[in-house]
Amino acid sequence: MARITAGVATSHVPAIGAAIDLGKTQDDYWAPLFKGYEFGKNWIEKEKPDVILLVYNDHASAFGMDLIPTFAIGCAEEFAPSDEGWGPRPVPRVQGHPELAWHIMQSVIQDDFDLTVVNEMTVDHGLTVPLSLMFGQPEAWPCKVIPFAVNVVVYPPPSGQRCYNLGKALRRAIESFDDDLNVQVWGTGGMSHQLQGPRAGLINSEFDQDFLERIVNDPEGLAKLPHIDYVREAGSEGIELVMWMIMRGALNENVKELYRFYHVPASNTAVGHLILENS
Amino acid sequence: MALDKPYEDVPGTTIFDAERARQGYHLNQFCMSLMKAENRERFLSGERAYLDEWRMTEDQKQAVLDRDYNRMIALGGNVYFLSKIFSSDGISFEQAASSMTGQTRDEYRQMMLNGGRSPDGNRYVGEEG
Repeated sequence: MARITAGVATSHVPAIGAAIDLGKTQDDYWAPLFKGYEFGKNWIEKEKPDVILLVYNDHASAFGMDLIPTFAIGCAEEFAPSDEGWGPRPVPRVQGHPELAWHIMQSVIQDDFDLTVVNEMTVDHGLTVPLSLMFGQPEAWPCKVIPFAVNVVVYPPPSGQRCYNLGKALRRAIESFDDDLNVQVWGTGGMSHQLQGPRAGLINSEFDQDFLERIVNDPEGLAKLPHIDYVREAGSEGIELVMWMIMRGALNENVKELYRFYHVPASNTAVGHLILENS
Repeated sequence: MALDKPYEDVPGTTIFDAERARQGYHLNQFCMSLMKAENRERFLSGERAYLDEWRMTEDQKQAVLDRDYNRMIALGGNVYFLSKIFSSDGISFEQAASSMTGQTRDEYRQMMLNGGRSPDGNRYVGEEG
């Protein structure tokens, strides 16, 4: 039986990807951030997950205005990196896990979450930056990845509560898959940031620290946080944090916090990172 | 009954809701076209002619030509779509964001290094910052 062993949360700022691709990780500006991911890189090398269900949002790369799915699961065998306007990132193509992805689709839709199946799509920095942070620059990604895209670009995104409940449905789906697989669920995006208008550059460390604490120890309460609180307190793009709730919902009620990291700034954004183990 | 839009009193912030998504449809789809290298090349070598291929309003086209991101957002643009324009120009998210704030690039960068823009005074329209 497939089992979810751990959850990882991380921001997915595009400039982090550029810093890696351009060999700037040891620059004064970037070194403190990358130091915060050393623990995770060592940890995951030992954990050797077979599959990562990677919850992220597409940033108008695979999905423009022509198609805007709230929840989309990538069921293909392979996904190439997107050209987001400066050429595709020089990272390996992502190898999917069609058997598990299709299984999840069937299970989760019967559990009342209407997923959109995507067989042809590219994956942008939202998905590839977390992989780079945790795995560095390998020739090929060391495990299979199921892209799980959430709309947080066009308002309204799904609520925190719905994301949390979806996480629980994903868990039931994964645990009903017969093959013996070590599965991790990642939630990405955030933390506080705003990329637009005169309020751009908003960072709310107090909100972020509280979020990091509550997602570990009070996810039920945190799930009730309405959209407007994310927008007002954590910036218009801080609402990406609802995706962390999917990761949390897929884990046990009680988890062991292995690692926590918080850093400001990466470009316009506060970076948060958690590693949670099912206990 | 009208939709509840509790985000309208957040200062300096435009939420890309249903109304704006409809208004900005062609502007944003023009941006999507810049994900292809040949289109970027064609756009940069003749911006006006390229824009005229899209069913955008004159105001939207002018805002693009002016690289006025606040104006593009007011006319239905969304920053993740608009990022295709500034990426085509070789400009980073940080630089583009700073251009919307009235701060210089250096002032903005320094503000970020100092921990970013505080939410205090920036939660509600009319609140003194």
